[in-house]
Amino acid sequence: MLRRVHILRVVFCSLALMSAGSSSAEVSVAIHYIKQIVPAPPTLSNLDPIPEDLGLRGAELGLEDNITTGRFLGQTYTLTVTEVAEDADFSAAVRAARAETDLLVLDAPAAQVSAAANLPDMSDALLFNAGAADVSLRSELCHANLLHTIPSYAMTADALMQFFVARRWDEIALVAGDRPEDVAWADTLEASARKFGLKFGARKTWAFDADMRRNAAQEVPLFTQEFGDYDVLLVADAADDFARYVSYNTWRPRPVAGSEGLRSVAWHRVVEQWGAAQLQSRFNALAGRPMLDRDYAAWAALRAIGEAVTRTGAADAKTLRDYMLSDAFELAGFKGRPLTFRAWNGQLRQPIPLVHERALVAQAPLEGFLHQRTELDTLGLDQPESGCAAFAN
Amino acid sequence: MKLPILTTLTAALLGTTALADEIWVTNEKDDTISVIDIETLEVVRTIETGERPRGITFSKDHSVVYICASDSDAVQVMDPETGEILHDLPSGEDPEQFVLHPDNRHLYIANEDDAITTVVDTETRTVVAQIDVGIEPEGMAVSPDGKIAITTSETTNMAHWIDTETQDLFANTLVDSRPRHAEFVKDGTELWVSSEIGGTITVFDVATQTEKAKIDFDIDNIHPDRVQPVGFEFTNDDTHAFVALGPSNHVAVVNAETYQVEEYILVGRRVWHMEFNRDRSQLFTTNGVSGDVTVVDVASRKALKSIKVGRFPWGAAFRPTN
Repeated sequence: MLRRVHILRVVFCSLALMSAGSSSAEVSVAIHYIKQIVPAPPTLSNLDPIPEDLGLRGAELGLEDNITTGRFLGQTYTLTVTEVAEDADFSAAVRAARAETDLLVLDAPAAQVSAAANLPDMSDALLFNAGAADVSLRSELCHANLLHTIPSYAMTADALMQFFVARRWDEIALVAGDRPEDVAWADTLEASARKFGLKFGARKTWAFDADMRRNAAQEVPLFTQEFGDYDVLLVADAADDFARYVSYNTWRPRPVAGSEGLRSVAWHRVVEQWGAAQLQSRFNALAGRPMLDRDYAAWAALRAIGEAVTRTGAADAKTLRDYMLSDAFELAGFKGRPLTFRAWNGQLRQPIPLVHERALVAQAPLEGFLHQRTELDTLGLDQPESGCAAFAN
Repeated sequence: MKLPILTTLTAALLGTTALADEIWVTNEKDDTISVIDIETLEVVRTIETGERPRGITFSKDHSVVYICASDSDAVQVMDPETGEILHDLPSGEDPEQFVLHPDNRHLYIANEDDAITTVVDTETRTVVAQIDVGIEPEGMAVSPDGKIAITTSETTNMAHWIDTETQDLFANTLVDSRPRHAEFVKDGTELWVSSEIGGTITVFDVATQTEKAKIDFDIDNIHPDRVQPVGFEFTNDDTHAFVALGPSNHVAVVNAETYQVEEYILVGRRVWHMEFNRDRSQLFTTNGVSGDVTVVDVASRKALKSIKVGRFPWGAAFRPTN
C-alpha cells in the first residue's frame, strides 16, 4: 500500500533592515516549527471545529515580533514550517529539520515529542514542546534538550483546585471520557485535588454512545443523580466530545468545571489585562480568529528564542539554552509577571487564566497560595515532585 | 439613560464656576474623563470622550486638551471649559500615549498596534511623519530643547531615539522587559525609562545614549515579580522621582542623585500614572484596578485620601484655572 506523505513547507524570510545606532554584529536565527497533524476524533457537536492553523499562527506572530526587534540590532530570523500528515513519519521530519537548524519548535503528541528529543544529533539542539500537556514529559520522561511552553496538565489542574479552595468548594465529583487522554487528565485532576486537601467523591466514566444533542436533558440528570451531594462537577473530556452537554443538566444545580464551564487554560480570548489586549488584536489581525492555547505556546517559544537572542547576541542552541535557564532570563508574556523556565524540568512558569466562554474568572496562582521561590511554583510539578533527572548538572 | 444628561448639566454649571485647579483623569473602561477639584478633592465633572481614553495632555497655554481615544483611532482635541470635542487629529491607529513638543505644535504619538510613532502638526492637522519603531510603542518623551523624541516599545524592549529635525531614528537602546514610560530630567541630560516586567528604571546619559544607572525596587513581603514600575514624575528641581509600582500597590520615592529608593507609599490597586498639583506639594496617582485616585502629600510622603473616579483610570493631567 502506498503511504502518502504530505509535508508542507513554508519559509518566511525577513530582510535585514539595519538601523542607525545599532552596534551588534549581525546574527541570523533559523527556527523550524514542526506540527504533527492529528485527526480530531468524531465529536457529538461540530459547532467548534479546531482551526487547521492552530499553533502555526502563534509561531508566525512570534516570528514577526522577533523580526521587528531584530531589525534594530542587525539580527534576522527565519521560520520554516513543516506540517506532517497524520500517517507520515514525524521523526523523519524532525531529523530533516535538524540538518538545517538546532532550534526546533514541536507541536505533536507526547510520544512523538519524546521520540524526537531522543533522536541522535538532538542532544546539542534546543527543542520546544508547544503542544503536549502530559505530565510525564516534565517528569520521568523529561529531556535536557526539551523545554515546555505549553502548561502541563498538572499546572492547569492545580489552577482549578486553587480556585475551588478559595471558593470553599471542598467536595468534588468527576465525569471522565474513556479515551486515554481523558483518563490522563482525570487522573491528574484527582491527584491535584488530593494535593490541595479537597474531598474527592465519586468518579464516573462517560460511556454513552447516544446522540447527546437529543438526549442530554434526559441522560445527564440520571447519570449525575448517583453522585449524591458535591460542590462542583469536574468533566474530563479532552476531545470536547460530550462535556458541553453536561452544564445545566446535572441532577443537582452545581457548577461544572474542567473541560466545560470553568476552564483553566494557557490562553483564551477573554484574557485582556496586562497589555494582553494588544497581543490579542495583533493575533486577530494576523490570523482572523482568536488566539488559543497552542497558538500562545508556539508564540512563547518563538519569543523565548527572540528574547534570548536579543540579550545574548548569540544564535546557537547551547548559549540560548544556558541563558533561558539562568536567573537573567525573563519573558514578558502578557500574563502580569515575568515568565521563566524551571531549571529542574524545563517547564515555562506561567500564570494560568481561569475562564468561561465570555469572561476571565480568576488567574492562578490565587492569592494566599505561597511558595518560598515564587508563587508560580504552586502550579504544576515543583522540584521535589518532579521525577526529572536530566536537568541535574 | 438619564445619567449622561445629568452629568452634562452638572458639568455645564460647574464648568463656569470652577475656580480651583484641577486634575483630569482618563477612565479607560468608561470612555470618560473625571475632573478632580484640587481644593475639595472631589470629582466635579465627568466628561464623555471617544473610546478607551488613555494618554492625556494639555496644550502649553491650557486652552485645549489632547486625549488619546485609542479604540476610536483618534487624538481628540477638547475645549476644557465646555468639554466639547473641537475636532479629531489624524493619529494613526490605536494611539496610546503621546507627548507635546516644546514648540506647542507637534504631537509625538505612540501607535500601539502598528509599531509606529506618528508625528502630527496640531495646527494644520496633518501627519508630518511616521516612524517605524518596535512592537507596542508606549512611553513618549521629548527633550527640553526639543531636539530628541523618545518612544519606548513594550515588546521590543527598547528606547528608540528620534532626531526631531529629520524624524529619523539615530539610536535604539535595549532596556529591561516591557518599557512603559520615559522622561527627560536634569535639563535634558538624563533619560529615565521604566520597565514594568523587568522591574527596573534605566537611567541613560543623553549625550552618549549609554546606560548610566539602573534602579531596583524591593518592597517587604511583596514578591519582586509584582513590583512593576510604570509611570513616574519628578519633584521640583528633579531631586526626587515618584514611581508608580503597578500591582504592588505602592509608589516609590527615589532620590534622583543617588538612585536609591527612600520610601514606599501604599496607594490604590495597580497604580499606573500620576500628576502633581501646581507647586508639586500634592501627587495624584491613578489606580487602575481599584478605580480611584490616591492623593499623596509630597512633603510627608503620606497618602491623604482616595477619590473614586471611573473604571480603570489611566492617565492624569494638571489644569490650572487662573
